Amino acid sequence: MNYLHHIGAYFLMLREVFKKPQKWKVFWEMLFREIDDLGLKSLGITAFISFFVGGVVSIQTALSVESPFIPKYLIGFATMRSVVLEFAPTFISIILAGKVGSFITSSIGTMRVTEQIDALEIMGINSINYLVLPKVIAALFFYPILLAIAMFLGILGGWVAGLITELFFTEDYLFGVQLDFNPYIIKYSFIKLVVFAFVIVTIPAYHGHKVEGGALEVGRASTKAVVWTSVVIILLNYFLTQMLLG
Amino acid sequence: MLEVKDIYKSFGDFPVLKGISTFFEKGKTSMVIGQSGSGKTVLVKCMLGLFEPDSGIISYDNRIFKDLDENERREIRQEIGMVFQGSALYDSLTVEENVMFPLKMFTNKTRAEMIDRANVVLNRVNLVDKNHLFPSELSGGMKKRVAIARAIVMNPKYLFCDEPNSGLDPKTSIVIDNLIKEITQEFDIITVINSHDMNSVMEIGDKIVFLKNGIKAWEGSKDNIFETDNEAIVDFVYSSNLYKKIKQAHLKGL
Ligand SMILES: Nc1ncnc2c1ncn2[C@@H]1O[C@H](COP(=O)(O)OP(=O)(O)OP(=O)(O)O)[C@@H](O)[C@H]1O
Ligand SMILES: [Mg+2]
Repeated sequence: MNYLHHIGAYFLMLREVFKKPQKWKVFWEMLFREIDDLGLKSLGITAFISFFVGGVVSIQTALSVESPFIPKYLIGFATMRSVVLEFAPTFISIILAGKVGSFITSSIGTMRVTEQIDALEIMGINSINYLVLPKVIAALFFYPILLAIAMFLGILGGWVAGLITELFFTEDYLFGVQLDFNPYIIKYSFIKLVVFAFVIVTIPAYHGHKVEGGALEVGRASTKAVVWTSVVIILLNYFLTQMLLG
Repeated sequence: MLEVKDIYKSFGDFPVLKGISTFFEKGKTSMVIGQSGSGKTVLVKCMLGLFEPDSGIISYDNRIFKDLDENERREIRQEIGMVFQGSALYDSLTVEENVMFPLKMFTNKTRAEMIDRANVVLNRVNLVDKNHLFPSELSGGMKKRVAIARAIVMNPKYLFCDEPNSGLDPKTSIVIDNLIKEITQEFDIITVINSHDMNSVMEIGDKIVFLKNGIKAWEGSKDNIFETDNEAIVDFVYSSNLYKKIKQAHLKGL
């Protein structure tokens, strides 16, 4: 019952989010700020994680295909596949759910408990539209760029790991990466990411906007938002995988 | 005139307002007073439409708030200035940007015009050379001034102030009180102030509405608050020793 109430309230919020901005000039200003806050500031962590995850995947694959009957280029092939299909979109989204999600909930939640949201509403401003729409657009625009970077660095990380550990040769790896290349898996990955980006912004925004109380409640709401965002991403990941690949 | 008729508001099973009726006039500083928790903030938020009253009517110069659609409500809201209990300045904007914000949102002024207007109101509240500071860099009194400047930047017809001098020292309180009173007279607007500070009440209370246990227990002006023998208000006013002494002096004709 309670869950249904929240789901309903969440969709009602989305209806407000997608109204036309009251003032375009203000919207553009907000958008650029959000691209910086939600996007550019996540570049470092995304790059760092992708690179090392790519390295780990290639080392693990290399160690599990020690048999002389399995060609070494499979390492490149497997790394490319797992990075593009799963690690880049899902891993990055979970990380962003933590980083960006808690930022969104706590910033909107703080505005709520310090009456800044009331101050917006009093002026006749639709606070949800004003605060959330630029964040949604920023994420939908910028997170695909992050994904492309993550894919590239993941595969690069796998190769560098090979160079360092000498578990496989560069030629084999690069051959494997390009083997049986199917553009659909890239598309699939971007579709997933766009859905996740939407969730990463809107669920924390919902939790932030409905906070009641003080600083403690803002903290609680942030934790809750991160948990729910991650759960929803994992579930959606399952269904999307089944729908798009099954 | 701003009218409130028979407002009821509960949270769950807990009634906060139990049938409040009163009215507020132009050019006068009206004050809603009462103990902490008596429902002052809830009443003001009902008037502003931030809370939907369970029943009752709020009417802004004969425009009945609950009968208006969302667009008409927005129009009224653009005629309202509000100073929140905690100032509610936007953390991410500077003083100047905070004050300019309503202009940016609702007018087509150029940036230079907006800055000019912001400087006019910032001067009006005696806050100069602070334009580029962020709210976190201001003292409580300065924040209140910025909040007042932001509230009046659009030339409102209605000004609401929720405890404008909470957390301020007595001297600064008086300055802020007088500022609000002057602005009210200067622009001939309807001003409603929430307060539990008897000093402000005696300083600027043209009309006083006293709330207790969710009802209006007394109504009058600062001039007849000493004459009344209404127990509730007497009890409230003289909970401070200073005022006991003032009343004794008053009765002795001093
Ligand atoms: N959003 C809310 N949900 C539930 N109860 C609330 C809410 N807002 C206020 N109340 C309750 O309404 C009552 C009146 O609160 P209100 O904030 O109006 O008091 P106040 O007179 O403004 O007090 P103060 O002088 O301390 O600001 C309190 O008992 C409070 O617990
Ligand atoms: Mg209050």
